[in-house]
Order: sequence, then C-alpha cells, then structure tokens
Amino acid sequence: MIDFGNIIYWVVVFLMMTGLYLVLASGNLIKKVVGLNIFQSSVFILYISLGKIAGGTAPIFAEGIERYANPLPHVLILTAIVVGVATTAVALALAVRIYAVYGSVEEADIEKQEVDAD
Amino acid sequence: MQLNKLFSAVMLFGMYSLLSAALFVSLDAVDVALTEASVGAGIATILMLGALSLTTNRQRQISWKRRLPAALVTVAIGVLLLYGLSDLPVFGDPAAPAFKHVYPRYAFESPHEIGIPNMVTSVLASYRGYDTLGEVTVIFTAAVAVATLMGHGSDTRSFSGEGMEHHLILRINAKLLLPMILLFALYVQFHGDYGPGGGFQAGVIFAAGFILYGLVFGMSTIREVAPPKIIRILCAAGLGLYLLVGLCGMLLGGNFLDYNVLAHHPVHGQHIGIMLIELGVGTTVAASMIGLFYAYAEHEHRQ
Repeated sequence: MIDFGNIIYWVVVFLMMTGLYLVLASGNLIKKVVGLNIFQSSVFILYISLGKIAGGTAPIFAEGIERYANPLPHVLILTAIVVGVATTAVALALAVRIYAVYGSVEEADIEKQEVDAD
Repeated sequence: MQLNKLFSAVMLFGMYSLLSAALFVSLDAVDVALTEASVGAGIATILMLGALSLTTNRQRQISWKRRLPAALVTVAIGVLLLYGLSDLPVFGDPAAPAFKHVYPRYAFESPHEIGIPNMVTSVLASYRGYDTLGEVTVIFTAAVAVATLMGHGSDTRSFSGEGMEHHLILRINAKLLLPMILLFALYVQFHGDYGPGGGFQAGVIFAAGFILYGLVFGMSTIREVAPPKIIRILCAAGLGLYLLVGLCGMLLGGNFLDYNVLAHHPVHGQHIGIMLIELGVGTTVAASMIGLFYAYAEHEHRQ
C-alpha cells in the first residue's frame, strides 16, 4: 500500500538508489562523485523530513507559536552540507591527480595501464 | 537519459541542489535551505566545473555487462529499504520519537536559557558546540588535504590575468552584485541569532562573492585582494578562535565550551560565546572555500 502521507520517504529511497546506481555502474570517477553527492542529499532530505512537525513552523521563537520543527536535524544537516562540499573537493582533487598520472579518469583505462605495467 | 558530456551532468546537479533547497524551505528547515542554496548551487558546482576543466569533459559509454548487475543490486536494496519504510513514524506526526527526549528543551527552554530566538543557532553553537567544533575541524582538514594534493599556489608568482573583464555585461553585473553579496554575508553572519543564518552560511556566501570576483576579474586581481598567505592564516585562525573560546570557559572555572561563565549573567555569557564561535566558524569556512577555489584555479597554471 502506498501511503501518500509518507511519499517523501519514497522520494528519499529513490534518490538514494539513484546515487548508489551511479556509483556502481559508472566507470568515470567524476560521475561517481556526483553519485555520492546525490546519495548524500537523500540522507539530508530523510533527516529534515523526520524533523518536520504537522502544523509547525521554522524553529525560530516567536510569540503565539506553539509548534516548532525539530532544530536538531537542521543543525546536523546544515553542518553536513558544508562538510560534504569540503570532502567532495578532496575527492575531486584526487581525481585530478589521477588524471595527471594516468591521463584518464575512467576506471577501465586505469586498470588496463596497471595490468600492462605489471 | 545518457549524458555523454559530463558538463551537462554537473549543471543538472547544480539545478537539483537549488530545487532541494526549495524542498527544505517547505519542510520548515530555513537554515538548511540557505546553506544548500549557497553551497550546492554555488560552490559545489564551481568545484566540479573546475575538476572537469582539469580532467576531461567526456565519459565513456557504460557496457550492459556493467549496468545490469548494478541495476539488480540497486533494485534489490531499494525494495528492502521500501519494506523498512513501514516502521518509520508517519510524516509530521507530533508523537514521533524525534519530538521526545531533547526536543522539548531545545524548542521550549532554549529561548529563555540561551536567550536567542533561533533555536538552530542555540543548538549549533551552544548545546552541541562540541559537535560543531568537530565539523569545523573536518572542513579545515579537507582544505589542508586539497592544498596538499593540488598545491596551494606560490605566493610570489604572478599569473596572467585571464578573467572575463572584456565581457561588459558580466563585468558591470559583477561590480553591482559584489557589495550586495558581501553585505548580505555579513548580515547572515551577525543576524544568525535572530533569523536564519550563522557562520556556516555566511562563510559560504562570503566565499561565493570572492569567487565571483576571481572568475570575472582574473586570478591575479583576486590574489591582490585576498593573498593566499592571508587566506591560509585565516583558515587556521577561525578554528583557533573556536578552541580559544572553549578554553576560556575552562580557565574561568566552567567546562570546555561552557559560555555561562564568560559574563556575570549566564544569558550574556551565552550571547558572547555564540557570537565568537559563529565568527570563528564563518572565518574558517570562508577561508577554506576560497582556498579550495585557489587550489583548483591555479593548478592548471603550474603544470
């Protein structure tokens, strides 16, 4: 049974699997990094959707408001987004260095050169 | 849809980030949306384009031999996850476990205990300041790692200015936008206690302003405005400020990162502590992002 109230969780699973498929199927290292980023963003959406409260508002105190979204997932995810871009930069830097040595960012080319060298 | 040019994949990813920022707004996570919009659609896309320009824009077709097992594994895991979804609480349910335990204290006591309206800032800088210290350290470490991998650029060498100054529209728009971007970054930094914002978002927006300047007016111009040496020092100084505030708490008789002892009244101490912490975060994040941009932009020249 598809419960439409929970459709956001289905979206999370779909995005997560899209990212996983990109990482598994793609032989291009930069495409893999894009896949990891999509996977990561699906986790972000999951956390934020767990912090949502029906009839609530953003977690900024104001007179006359009784219900706020849970601020804890927001904190975890906003720091994770900035950490995520920093670690993505490290992954891309590694890809750039691999390209400088092997002349390619395709796994198949790199493996072939390694086998030929042995 | 098979994208052979990686360029299109990267641009689509940037748009996806902007859309997910809109989703975060509708989920009441305004701080997260501000971060995602500035990081995902700004910095991440620029870094990926930089990596593409240093490697190659083309990718090889993937064979069916590789696609089929990947698709099977993905579908199998996806089905298992969908099965597991039935155990998750109903979306938006106020009785969900996420709204028990620490939530009542964060949502209902923090405005009086910490004294600032934005609960996200209270939790980020005060209740879970130790976590945030870890995150800032990771960002600092990543900036050091990229500088080690790509080289941080020489301090003396001059670069041939190859910006886009000859594009009239770009140049004038950049000049119009720059002061507003930097002013907005400062607003986000210092208004983070009252509205959405804080050191992480402000740092990224500040860096985005500098990167725009560097892209339009060339690397040699931006290096005069923000010398790499200063950026490296600022990157460490922000983290140092964070640690120093924590140690001050200890010296004044409290715990590490305890702001209550920083002033006579605990709420005043919290205000001082949070402002200094956010300043440290903003400095390290902005300097790291500008440093990452330098590493990618100057790598090509050095080869």
